[in-house]
Amino acid sequence: MSRQANTGASDRIVDRYLDRRDQGVRREVVTPEGVPVGFTLARAGDRIGGFLVDMLIIYGVIIVLALLLAFAFGSSLSRANWTVPFILVFVFLLQNFYFVFFELKWQGMTPGKRVVGIRVIDGHGGVLGAHAVIARNLVRDIEVFIPLQLILAPEQLWPGAPGWARALSSAWALVFMFLPLFNRDRLRIGDMVAGTLVVLAPRAVLLPDIGGQETADSAAGENEYQFTEQQLSIYGIYELQVLEDLLRQDEDSLAHMKAMVTVSEQIRRKIGWARLRTAPVDDERFLRAFYAAMRAHLERKMLFGKRREDKYSGE
Amino acid sequence: MHGPAQITLKSYEFRREREPTWLALEALVERAQKSGFHSLSADELARLPHLYRATLSSLSVARSISLDRNVVEYLESLAGRAYFFVYGTRSHARDVLAEFVLYRFPAGIRRFKWHIGLAALFVIVGALTAFFITLDNQERFYTFVAEEYAQGRGPSSSTSELRAVLYSEHSPGDALATFAASLFTHNAKIGIVSFSLGVVIGLPVFLLMFINGLVLGAFAALHHARGLSADLWGWLLPHGVTELGAMVICGGLGLALAQALIFPGRSTRLRNLAQCGRQAGVVVVGAVIMFFIAGLIEGIFRQLVTDIAIRYAVAVITAVAWSLYFGLVGRSRDSARAEVEP
Repeated sequence: MSRQANTGASDRIVDRYLDRRDQGVRREVVTPEGVPVGFTLARAGDRIGGFLVDMLIIYGVIIVLALLLAFAFGSSLSRANWTVPFILVFVFLLQNFYFVFFELKWQGMTPGKRVVGIRVIDGHGGVLGAHAVIARNLVRDIEVFIPLQLILAPEQLWPGAPGWARALSSAWALVFMFLPLFNRDRLRIGDMVAGTLVVLAPRAVLLPDIGGQETADSAAGENEYQFTEQQLSIYGIYELQVLEDLLRQDEDSLAHMKAMVTVSEQIRRKIGWARLRTAPVDDERFLRAFYAAMRAHLERKMLFGKRREDKYSGE
Repeated sequence: MHGPAQITLKSYEFRREREPTWLALEALVERAQKSGFHSLSADELARLPHLYRATLSSLSVARSISLDRNVVEYLESLAGRAYFFVYGTRSHARDVLAEFVLYRFPAGIRRFKWHIGLAALFVIVGALTAFFITLDNQERFYTFVAEEYAQGRGPSSSTSELRAVLYSEHSPGDALATFAASLFTHNAKIGIVSFSLGVVIGLPVFLLMFINGLVLGAFAALHHARGLSADLWGWLLPHGVTELGAMVICGGLGLALAQALIFPGRSTRLRNLAQCGRQAGVVVVGAVIMFFIAGLIEGIFRQLVTDIAIRYAVAVITAVAWSLYFGLVGRSRDSARAEVEP
């Protein structure tokens, strides 16, 4: 926050680019090899979305079955019919073990979760076992269906309940339903009972390196933009990566061009770019060269154990 | 005037060297995700862990030498995706089932026997309470049993009416299987709920067990007063052994959850709950299977067989079978596995 307070409009534009990536809450899981791997917790909206898709599938299948049954047997349905018990059991299994089945089969994903791109993982980095999958899905009833019933149709569940009991149980039901919004790890009861987390299914693309070519050029003396040690010592890693994000935005929008120009101007002002007044500067090429040089500089420092987080931290 | 020219970036070289490994892993994971594990050849499956470990090591290196955030993020997400495949559950369904039947379920029952016992105690206390109260005053029957649930049976029913319910004959042509299926789904749902209610520190579980006992006791008293005790138990026990057993198991597991929450012991509350929940949840699945068996006995066997001797024989057989199963199956593995299990 303090960073934003004393920076100009250009940094705010840059911040907007950065924000797009940093929205999620990160949690680290240490793999059995001892390497921490970061995941982004699924947002409430994603989870609700995934759940609704799964519900649509479950109840869609049930409705289709009911219709088929009605068409196939019509009014003779009430007689002893061997398909009815099978369908009853199937519907029960569908309602209670749909999530278990898919989360086991697809390593923590259901069709709904797949659609929104989230998945279940073990909260402590272990294998997502059948135990955990079963436990987290058995309690779904008291998290969703009973609360819904308590709120929408309390008479059915508890006929003749006194008013205070109804108020109490509704409050309790609401707490259950909205629990994931109130805790750090966005756990629902099922996640607590099973020790699981729901995270965004990781999806990242390896983009071409944006530093390599420029450094090769500058080593050969072909780059028109050369920087001194002093000029490279002004910024830190944070600024470097803001610049990376800006350069990686592969779009032709006006806002992007504008951001490039403002950032380039500001950097030149800050580092006292000697040619500011003489030769015209190609902003994008300048930024690329500056990025490459700065990254080489900071990485070299890092090898010697000096990580400079941002421009406010000292050398 | 210039500083030393920047020679090639170490992180760039690093990336050029390792990139083929990452891309190979990404391709494998991509394919496994799209068309399933079986689409990978044996050779590719063997390479997967190697590629995964190489990528993890790249991630560690990248974190310490590279400031290219895209590379670090990419490696992190690739490692995350591959991790699911390397450490995912992939055991064969048949093995899982065998493991469950031959070890997990009976061992789980043994592990939670005190909780299950406590749940059973509440059923018994409820039953005795309602039994003596109803015996004292038949009109009290409706305090314990909802009218629609009693299906016309009550203090005003005559002995012959009650007897008729107990021995009503059905032919296989009646929709008995449908009846059995609806009994099963209804009871299993209640069982699952009484397990999950454990997370509300268990009070509703006690209540549910007690209420179940009350209903049982009220019916017992109603029949006892008319000298139909033996007939009632013959009607009830063949499936009741299994059904009440499953009911009490679900309740007991709910109590185990509650205990894990209230008395976390050495680990944190959440960790303890997770540990207990995982073990107990599996046992609930076993209880659901018990409900299924009970549904078959109640819905089909009881409707077709009215001979009291056979009814009692079935009750005894199920009781002995469950006791032996829970008491003995997989016992030798208990001590060996106790330390290892999560």
